[in-house]
Amino acid sequence: MIDPVIASRLQFALTTIVHIIFPVMSMGLAPFLVYFTWREVRGGPPVYEQLRRFWTKVFAVSFVVGTVTGIVLEFEFGTNFAAFSAVAGELFGGPLALEGMMAFMLEATFLGVFVFGRERVSDALYFISSVAVGLGTWLSAVWILVANSWMQTPRGYELVERGGREIVTLTDPAAAYLNPRFPYMFVHMQNAAVLSVALFMAGVAAYYVFRHHVWGYPVEGVSFWETTLKIALIALVITAPLQAVHGDLYARHVYETQPQKFAAMEAVWETDSYVPEYIVAFPTNLGDLTDPQAKELFGIGIPGGASWLASGGDPGATITGLNEYDDAPPVAIVFWSFRIMVALGFWFILLGFWGIYRWWRGELYEDDLLHKALMLSSLLGILAVELGWIVTEVGRQPWVIQDVLRTADGVSPGLTGGEATLTLAGFAVVYLGLLSLYTYVIARIIRAGPPKRAELRTSEAAPATPAEGTADD
Amino acid sequence: MTEFRPLLADTLAALPLPEIWFGLVFFILATFLLLDGFDFGVGALFATRADDGEREQLIASIGPFWDGNEVWLVVFGGALFAAFPRVYAALFSRHYLLMFAILGALILRGLAPELYEQRHDEAWQRWWGRAFVVGSVAAPFLLGLFTANWVLGATRTLTLPGVVVGLAVVALTVVDGVAFLRLKTRGDLRADLRRSGRRAVIAYVGLAVASLGVIYATTPAVRPELTSPLALALVALTVLFAVGYAVALERDRHYLAFAATGGLVYGLVALVAALSFPYVDRATGLTIQEGIVSPLSLQILSVGALVLLPLVFGYFVVLYSAFSGPVDPEESY
Ligand code: HDD
Ligand code: HEM
Ligand code: HEM
Repeated sequence: MIDPVIASRLQFALTTIVHIIFPVMSMGLAPFLVYFTWREVRGGPPVYEQLRRFWTKVFAVSFVVGTVTGIVLEFEFGTNFAAFSAVAGELFGGPLALEGMMAFMLEATFLGVFVFGRERVSDALYFISSVAVGLGTWLSAVWILVANSWMQTPRGYELVERGGREIVTLTDPAAAYLNPRFPYMFVHMQNAAVLSVALFMAGVAAYYVFRHHVWGYPVEGVSFWETTLKIALIALVITAPLQAVHGDLYARHVYETQPQKFAAMEAVWETDSYVPEYIVAFPTNLGDLTDPQAKELFGIGIPGGASWLASGGDPGATITGLNEYDDAPPVAIVFWSFRIMVALGFWFILLGFWGIYRWWRGELYEDDLLHKALMLSSLLGILAVELGWIVTEVGRQPWVIQDVLRTADGVSPGLTGGEATLTLAGFAVVYLGLLSLYTYVIARIIRAGPPKRAELRTSEAAPATPAEGTADD
Repeated sequence: MTEFRPLLADTLAALPLPEIWFGLVFFILATFLLLDGFDFGVGALFATRADDGEREQLIASIGPFWDGNEVWLVVFGGALFAAFPRVYAALFSRHYLLMFAILGALILRGLAPELYEQRHDEAWQRWWGRAFVVGSVAAPFLLGLFTANWVLGATRTLTLPGVVVGLAVVALTVVDGVAFLRLKTRGDLRADLRRSGRRAVIAYVGLAVASLGVIYATTPAVRPELTSPLALALVALTVLFAVGYAVALERDRHYLAFAATGGLVYGLVALVAALSFPYVDRATGLTIQEGIVSPLSLQILSVGALVLLPLVFGYFVVLYSAFSGPVDPEESY
C-alpha cells in the first residue's frame, strides 16, 4: 500500500498531466477556428470551410475527453485533498463555481451548435457560436489560473478560526483574484496553448507536404495541407518568441515571490552572487549521482547567467540558496524540467524562423529537413507545457499553498492507503486506455483528411475559384 | 462604484443568502437530473433497440446536448464547494470510492457514443454500445446512492435506502429519456417508446414509494421530516405528475409529457432537500449556518450567480431551439 499522501499526490499529478493535454488543444485551436469560421461565412475561398470542418473534429474530440478528465480533477479536491478544500475552499471553490457558470456553460452549449448546427442556424449565429466556444475555453483558463496562481502568491485573505481550525477567509477579492502571479500565468499559459497547437498543425501538415512533394506520392487535396502549413508557421513565428520574452519576465517574478522555487529551478544550494546559469550539469564522480548536493560538477554554464535572469540584468545579483530553508522541493525534477522547457522554447523560435525563411525563399515545399523537424516537433509544445507545470507545481513543494499550508497537511484525513492505492492504480490503467483511444481517434481523423471539395457547401456558391496562394491540384 | 458596493452589500445582507444557496445547490442538482437524465435514459433505452438505424438515431438525438447537460453536474460540484466548502470536503472524502465509481461511469457514458460513431464494424459497435448502456445506467444509480447517503447522513457506502433510491433514479431517467425521445424520433421507434415509458413510470412510482418506506424504517433521524406536510404534499404531487405523464403519453401530447417529467424530477429533489434541511451534512452534523462560507464570499458568489444563471438559461434556449424537432442521423459537422 502506498502512503495516502504520496498516492494522492501521484494521482493528482497523473490526472492533471493527462487533463492539460485536452485544454491545450481546445484553447489553442479556438482562435484558429474563429478565424476559419469568419473567413468561411464571409465567403472566403473554400479551403476555409475545409479548415473549419477538419479542425472542428479535432476540437470536438479533445473537448469530450477534456470534459471527462476535468470532472475528475474537480472531484479530487474533495476526495483526496479534503483538508486543503476545507481550509482554502473560500478561495478555491468560488473560482471553480464561477468557472462552471461563466465558462463551461458557454463553451459546452455553443459547442453543440458549432459542431452540429452549420445547416441549422444562420451564418451570423454560427460565427457567434465559434466565438462563444473560444471565449468559453479561454475564460475557463482565467478561473482555473486564478485558483492556481493564488496558491503560488496568496493575497487578499485572513486566517480565521472556525470549527476548530484556521480557515482562509476572503477579505479583499480583487487582491486575491488578481494576485501578482495571475497575469504572468495567464499570458504564458494561453500563448503556450496557441504555440503548441501551431506546432501540432505544422507537424501534421508537414507530413502530407513531405509525402507529396518530397516522396512524390500524390496526396489528394494537398493544397489544403499547404495552406495549413503556412497558417501554422505564421502562428509559430509570432508565438514562439513571445513565449521566451514573457518566460523571462516570469522567471524574474518567481525569483521575487517564490525564492525557494527559483533556487530549485537553478539548483542553487549555497547563497551566492554571480551564480552561473547551467545549461547541463552532472556530477563528475559517478558515486555522487544520487547526491543532489554534489559539488564536483561537469557543467556548461553561462557565468552570472542565473543571477542575471533573477535580477533582470545584473550578473552580480545574490540568490538565496536552498540550504537556508527547512526543506526543499525535489530539486532534480525542477531543475531539469525548467532546462528542457527553456531549451524547447528556443528550438521553437528557431523552427519558426527557419520555416518562414524557406517560405520567403519559395522553398517551403522542398526542404525535407524542415519537414522532418516539424514532424518530430509536433508534440513537443505539449511536452513543454507539461514541463512548465511540473516546474510550477513540484517547485512549490513542500507547500500546497505557498507558506500557508503544507501539502501533507492538505490530504484528506480519513483516507486510507488502500483506497488511495486502488484509485491510483485504476487511473493509471484507465488513463492509459484513454490516451490510446484519443491518439487512435485523432490519427483516424488525420488519415481521413479534410472533406473533399465536392462535398463542401461553399463549393456550390463559389465554383472553381482556387484558394488564395495555392493552386488547385 | 463606491456608492454602489455598500448598497449592494446591504441588499444582499438583508437576504437569507445561506438558505438561498442551500436551495440553489439542490436546484442545480435537479436541473442536472432533468437534462442529463434524458441522456442517461437514452443510454438505457439503447439496450432495448437492436436495429442499427434506430441506434444511430438514439445517439444522434443527444449529440448536441449531452455535454452541455453534464456541465450542470460540474456546476453542482462547484456551487457546493464554493458555498459549503467544509461539506464538500467531508462528503467527497467520506464517499471516496463511490465518487470515483461515479466518475468511471461518467467517463464511459461520455466516451462510448463518441467512439461508437468512429467505426462501423460489428465487434467495435457491440462493445462501445454495451459500454454506453453500462455507463448510462450506472451513473444515475450511483448518483442516487450518493445523494441518499448524503442527505440521510450515512457513513457507509452501500446502504439499503441508497440502493433503492438509486434504482428509483434509474427508472426516472428512463421516464425522462422516453419523454425526450418522443420529441426527437419518428416512426416505429417513437410508437414503441410509449410502452417503455408506461412501464418506467410505474416502476418509478413503485420504487419511490419503496424508498420512502425503507427510509422510514431504517433512518429514524429523518422520520419527522418524512411525515411533515411539505413532504406529504410533494409525494402527492409526484403521483399526480406520474398520472399526468402516463395520460400525456397515451394522447401523444409530447411537450406535456416532458413537462410532467420536469415535475417529477424537481419534486424528487425538493423532497430530498426537505429531508436534509436544516442540515447540509447530516453525518457531520453541519447545519446550513455552520457550513456556509464567509459573508463576503457568499455575496460575490450571489452576484455571480444572479448575472450568470439567466445567461446560462439563454444559452440553453439557443441550443435547444437550434435543434428542435426529430433528428436526422445523417447530419453532423
Ligand atoms: C509551449 C510551452 C512553453 C514554452 C516554450 C516555455 N514555457 Fe514556460 N511554462 C509553460 C510553457 C512553456 C507552462 C504553460 O507550462 C507554464 C506552467 C505554468 C504557467 O503559467 O506556464 C510555464 C511556466 C514557466 C515558469 C514558471 C514556473 C512557476 O510558476 O514557478 C517560468 C519561469 C517559465 N515558464 C519560463 C520560461 C522561459 C524562460 C521560457 C523560454 C523560452 C519558457 N518558459 C518557454
Ligand atoms: C494542468 C496543468 C497542471 C499540471 C500538469 C499539474 C501538475 C501537478 C503535479 C505534478 C503535482 C504534484 C506535485 C507534487 O506533489 O510534488 C500537482 C499537485 C497539485 N496541483 Fe497541479 N498541475 C496543474 C495545474 C493545476 C491547477 C490549475 C491547480 C489548481 C487550480 C492545481 C492544483 C494542484 C493541487 C491542489 C495539487 C496537490 C497538492 C500538491 O501536491 O502540491 N494544479 N500538480
Ligand atoms: C492550467 C490548468 C488548466 C487549464 C488551463 C484548464 C482548462 C480547461 C478547459 C479549457 C476545459 C474545457 C474542456 C476542453 O476544452 O478540453 C477544461 C475542462 C475542465 N477542467 Fe480544466 N483546466 C486546467 C486544469 C484543471 C484543474 C486543476 C481542474 C480541477 C478543478 C480542472 C477542471 C475542469 C473541469 C471540471 C472541466 C470540465 C468542464 C466541462 O464539462 O466543460 N481543470 N479545463
